Amino acid sequence: MIFTSLFETAWHALTTHRMRSFLTMLGMVIGVAAVILMLAIGQGAQAMVRSSIESMGSNLFIIMSGAVSSGGARVATGDAPSLTFDDADAIRDLPDIMASAPVSPGGAQLIYGGVNWNTSVYGTTPDYAVVRNWSMASGSFFSDADVRRGARVAVIGGVVARELFGDEDPVGKIIRIKQAPFEVIGVLASKGQSLDGRDQDDTVLVPISSAQQKIFSNTLRNRARFIMVQAVSEKRMDAAEASINDLLRSRHRIGLGQDDDFTVRNLTALAETAASTTRIMSLLLGAIAAISLVVGGIGIMNIMLVSVTERTREIGIRMAIGARRRDVLWQFLIEALTLSLIGCGIGLLFGIGGAWLVERLAGLPVAVTPASVLMAVGVSFLIGVFFGFYPARRAAGLDPIDALRSQ
Amino acid sequence: MTTPGAPLIEVENLEKDYPTGAGVFQALRGVSLRIAEGEFVAIMGASGSGKSTFMNLLGCLDRPTRGSYHLDGQDVGRLSSDQLAALRNREIGFVFQGFNLLPKLTALDNVALPLMYAGIGREARRRQAQAMLERVGLGERSHHTPLQLSGGQQQRVAIARALATRPRIIFADEPTGNLDSETSRQVMDLFSQLNREEGITLVLVTHEADIAAYARRCIRFQDGRVIEDVAQAEVAA
Ligand SMILES: Nc1ncnc2c1ncn2[C@@H]1O[C@H](COP(=O)(O)OP(=O)(O)O)[C@@H](O)[C@H]1O
Ligand SMILES: [Mg+2]
Repeated sequence: MIFTSLFETAWHALTTHRMRSFLTMLGMVIGVAAVILMLAIGQGAQAMVRSSIESMGSNLFIIMSGAVSSGGARVATGDAPSLTFDDADAIRDLPDIMASAPVSPGGAQLIYGGVNWNTSVYGTTPDYAVVRNWSMASGSFFSDADVRRGARVAVIGGVVARELFGDEDPVGKIIRIKQAPFEVIGVLASKGQSLDGRDQDDTVLVPISSAQQKIFSNTLRNRARFIMVQAVSEKRMDAAEASINDLLRSRHRIGLGQDDDFTVRNLTALAETAASTTRIMSLLLGAIAAISLVVGGIGIMNIMLVSVTERTREIGIRMAIGARRRDVLWQFLIEALTLSLIGCGIGLLFGIGGAWLVERLAGLPVAVTPASVLMAVGVSFLIGVFFGFYPARRAAGLDPIDALRSQ
Repeated sequence: MTTPGAPLIEVENLEKDYPTGAGVFQALRGVSLRIAEGEFVAIMGASGSGKSTFMNLLGCLDRPTRGSYHLDGQDVGRLSSDQLAALRNREIGFVFQGFNLLPKLTALDNVALPLMYAGIGREARRRQAQAMLERVGLGERSHHTPLQLSGGQQQRVAIARALATRPRIIFADEPTGNLDSETSRQVMDLFSQLNREEGITLVLVTHEADIAAYARRCIRFQDGRVIEDVAQAEVAA
């Protein structure tokens, strides 16, 4: 029998029972749309995490002042941070370390002209730009000399530049940070969201010395809340961590058995954990959606079984005029396949449309990839074959005379 | 082609048992007969005498419990289900009392259906189906569905379908059973014309004497056996 005839026959059968075909397809439509939408959301989240990780910089440690108890909470070790600028310099001199930047964080109000803007201010050193792999959109980063003499210069993020300056060029302009005048000498290139959801472009970087003298309280002098460290390579991360620990313990004169007054965190490892969590989450979303696809397939099987029972006489007539068992098998299999694939096509449209709406209305990042579309089509095909086969085989197994006698 | 003199149909001690609640029921109890190519045979007998059972066996729709059936020298009992399907498709046309057309298909598509299973392309089979509908006088009605046709017209569509693959034999089980006498006569005229002009072998069940009179041989069934097998003069159509 000719293949196109099979499709004609299937198409005719499906169009003569429009309502039923539509309802049967609905299961597939919902299943495929759910799979596409869930995968789009999951993959969008993954893509966002990936770009946040890339924007964070690579092979990173953060060394925080204060110890971490076994429960994970930071134990207070008095007001003054335990880490010093000299600690940061000493760490930089270790063999496995590329860069090391002490950081003194805080918030402050910025004023330019009549506009003010609250943002986070980081006092740090030029190494910070290296560690964070942060390039400039315009102007330049401050220098070690600026740090040494406590220069009142600032590098601002894109959001700050936009909020304070609009279309104006910020470089060379004077802004006030907590009343103190600072000259803007550079604008940072955009990085977008960090892993914890903060906008990394909404920030101001100033020399750590100036930050402590002019913006934060003087009690912090020469001390840093944390130090950002970049190791030379991923392979040397463990060695670097060990040598940082040894160095700081000896510099802080911490004896055997005494608790550290600092905490070293491998940020790159943490980021990878976040990435794998997102991956698992998106797999789970996809799996839940896949269940609805299977339910859609069962719907097809259900209707095909009803259809075979209802059309027993038709099957008998077809056999009486020469249909072989395999012709009948193909007829029903192709009906099931047509249902599942058309359902899949409509589901794809809804899924992609839904993903677009989610991005538009909820602001979630989504990514409909060719791989997920191909997968949905492939799975729908398999569902059509799998759930169509049993009813089709049942139809093909009928005896011509029994089928003719039915009803 | 058949060797001269060899029968087209040859059944030997054909038996058919039906399982029923009260044990098996023997619908056929040993039927032996031969039908040569080109014959026009009427099968008569009371209701329940086994005529339909016999026709279903001849039409390869059912298998006998015991006994043998040779069609054109082939032992039908040894054929696979695919080979039987091919026989039903190409060698045999079956006409039912209740027409058995597919209600959702047009007359043309109904007639084209056996050609589809014969592997003939869409255009060719539509052309051949149209020609066959014209042959039975329904060329104008090819796009009507069965419900839009009268009983006699439906049966003529069914005959066109049976003829579509140009089989050598037509089995008809009470083809006029649902028709009034005028349309019955039209259908019977068509049958005898096919037999006379195209040499198609015809085996036809009826319990009406005037229908049986169209045939040149009459076989009478009773309780699953042949009780009479006589030649008769042809009625002028
Ligand atoms: N599928 C079946 N199961 C059980 N008994 C059957 C079946 N088909 C026919 N019979 C019985 O076999 C006998 C012959 O039936 P049938 O061949 O249809 O007779 P006819 O066509 O001569 O009226 C009847 O008594 C009928 O009840
Ligand atoms: Mg009967």
